[in-house]
Amino acid sequence: MSSVSIRQIRKSFAGLTVLDSVDMEIAPGEFVVILGSSGCGKSTLLNVIAGLDDCDSGQILIGDVDVSHLEPSQRGLAMVFQSYALFPAMTVRRNLSFGMEIAGTPKATIAEKVAWAARLLQIEALLDRKPSQLSGGQRQRVAIGRALVRSSSICLFDEPLSNLDAKLRAETRVELKQLHETLKSTMIYVTHDQIEAMTMADRVAVMHKGKVEQFAEPQTVYEKPASLFVAGFIGSPAMNFLKGTLEGTLRFKTHDVCLDASSYGFAAGPTAAEVILGIRCEDVDVVERGTPDSIPATLAFTELLGADALGWFDCLGQRFSVKLTVDAARAMQRDVGFRFNMSKASFFLAATERRL
Amino acid sequence: MRAWLHRQSFKPDVTVAVFFGVVTIFFYGSILWTFYMSMTRSTLMPSYELIGFDQYVKLFTNYRWLVSCMNMVIFGVLFIIGTLCFGALLAIFADRRIQAESLFRTIFLYPLAVSLIVTGLSWRWVLDPVNGLQGLMRSAGWESFTFDWLTNPDRAIYTLVIASIWHSTGLVMVIILAGLRGVDNDLWRAIRMEGVPLWRAYLQVIFPGMRPVIASCVVLLMSEVIRGYDLVIAMTKGGPGIATEMPAKFAVDFYFARVNLGLASAASIVMLLISLVMLTPYFYSEFRKRI
Repeated sequence: MSSVSIRQIRKSFAGLTVLDSVDMEIAPGEFVVILGSSGCGKSTLLNVIAGLDDCDSGQILIGDVDVSHLEPSQRGLAMVFQSYALFPAMTVRRNLSFGMEIAGTPKATIAEKVAWAARLLQIEALLDRKPSQLSGGQRQRVAIGRALVRSSSICLFDEPLSNLDAKLRAETRVELKQLHETLKSTMIYVTHDQIEAMTMADRVAVMHKGKVEQFAEPQTVYEKPASLFVAGFIGSPAMNFLKGTLEGTLRFKTHDVCLDASSYGFAAGPTAAEVILGIRCEDVDVVERGTPDSIPATLAFTELLGADALGWFDCLGQRFSVKLTVDAARAMQRDVGFRFNMSKASFFLAATERRL
Repeated sequence: MRAWLHRQSFKPDVTVAVFFGVVTIFFYGSILWTFYMSMTRSTLMPSYELIGFDQYVKLFTNYRWLVSCMNMVIFGVLFIIGTLCFGALLAIFADRRIQAESLFRTIFLYPLAVSLIVTGLSWRWVLDPVNGLQGLMRSAGWESFTFDWLTNPDRAIYTLVIASIWHSTGLVMVIILAGLRGVDNDLWRAIRMEGVPLWRAYLQVIFPGMRPVIASCVVLLMSEVIRGYDLVIAMTKGGPGIATEMPAKFAVDFYFARVNLGLASAASIVMLLISLVMLTPYFYSEFRKRI
C-alpha cells in the first residue's frame, strides 16, 4: 500500500496540451477511477504515472519517493492493459513468471507466487495453455494475474474491461472490486464507462481537455457536479439544463417564469448572475398544467424501460427527460407542468460553467 | 460474340475455367509428363517404353547428384539462417525509428531489384582473386592478403551463400519490419513495465509471436534454395570441379548438355518431392488452425 501524489503534471504533444496542471492526491489503498471521454488525456495521465510517457513538467511521488525520472519497471507498479498484452508465444505460467525471472527472483518464490495468483484468479487449469487458446475473459484474468505477481503496492488499469462483452464486463467488474478488497492495494483505473466508475471507485476523477474537473466520491460527483461538463457527462440520460438569471432574492428567472431557489445549498452564498440550472430526470415532478410555481411542458414521447419509464418533454425550448413510473407514463397527458426539486438541482455560473 | 457473352450467366466461370485449363495442362500436365519420362530410358528424344524406377537408382548412385544434394543442404541451411538473422537485425534497427529510415529501407531492398545473374556476376568480380578484393588489397600493399574462396573447392559454396544473403536480406527485412509494425503497442508497454531487456524482448516475446511471418520468410527462402540455378551459373558454373553443383543445375545439365532425358526427369521429380517434404510442415501448421 502506497500513496500516489501527482503534482502539477503538464504535457503537450506538438503544441496540443494533453495534460494541463493535473494535481491528484491518492491515499494508500484507495480505488481511484479516472473517467473521461476519449481524447481527454486520461490514458496519457496513466502512462505518465507508469513512466511509459514523459511529462513536460511536474512530479509523481509514490509514497514519499519522487519517481518522475525512474524507468517504468523501477517504479514498483503493475499494469493491466486494454488489449491484455500477454506474451503470445508463452504459456500462461510463463506469462506470469517471466517478469520475476527477469528480475532474478528465486525459482521457489516464483512458483509460489504463480500458484497464489492462479488460485486467487481461478486460472489454475489454464496454466499450461497459450494465450491464443484462451477466451477474452480468461486472457484478462491472466493479464491481471501478471500484474498481481509483481506484488507491487500500486496497480494501474488501462480500460481493462473494454474488450469484453457486456455480461462478462459486469462479472469482471464485481470480481475486480472484490480483488481490491482482498489485496487492499492502491488501484488507479482508467475508463470511459461511467457505470464502472460509479460502481467501483472510492473516488472518481472526471477529466476533460487535460484537466481534472472534479475529484470526489462517485455519489458526490453525481449529486453535486462541480462543473457543467461533469453534470452533462455523468448520468444517463444526461442532466436537463435551463438557462436563466439568478436574482438576489433567491429566485431563478427564465423566460417569463420565476422559480423559488431558496432550498438550494449555495456553496458561497447566492449572487445575482447569468446561470444555468441543471436538474436530473428523477428530480422533476410532473404536475397539472397551471399549478402554482410550475413550468409548462409538453410531452413528446415516452420510453418504457421495464422497471420504470422515461418521459421526453419539450419545456421552454429544451428537450427534458423525466423519470416516471410505468403507470404514470401510460396515463401521461400531453400538456403538463414541471416542478423542480430545487434542493437537488445544480446551478452553474454561465460565464465559468462552475458550480455555485 | 459479345452479345452472346452478355446473355450468359456464368461469365466468371468461363474465365476461371480457362485459367484452370491452362494450369492443368501446362503445370500438372508437365509434371505428369516429366514423371512418365523418368520411368523411361529416354535420352535425346523421348521414348515411351517404361522401365520402372531404374533412373532413380542410377540417380542416387551418381556421385555428382549426391554432391549436389549435399551442397543444397549446406547452402540452404546457411543461407536461410544468415538471411533471417541479418534481415531481422536490420528490421529491428529500422523499427527502432532510426533517422532516414526510408532511405535505408530502399538501400537494403535494392539488391532484390538486381537479377540473380547480375548479382552473381558482380560478386564473381568482387571475389575474383586476381582482379577482385584480393588483388585490390595486394596492390594497395597488403601482400599477404588472401581471400580466394571463389577458387577454393572447400570454400566456393560459401561465396554463393554470401552473395545470396546479400541479395535476399532486404526482402526479409521488409517482411519482418511489416510484422514488427503490427505488434500491439500495449505489448511493448507491458514489456517496459516488466523491465524486460530489449534483446530478450525481441528473442523471447516479439519474434516468437511473429511465427507466421517468419514461416513465410522461410518458405520464400526455401523456394529460392531449391530453384538455385542462375546464381551458380553466373558465379561459379558449378566449379571449381563440382564443388558448387546444385540439383537444379544437375537437372538442366542432363536435360540439355548431356541429353539424358530420363535421368534429368528423375532428378526433377526428386526435387519436387524434396519441396513437398520441406513445405508440408508449413502448410500443416498454417491450415491446421483454420479447420
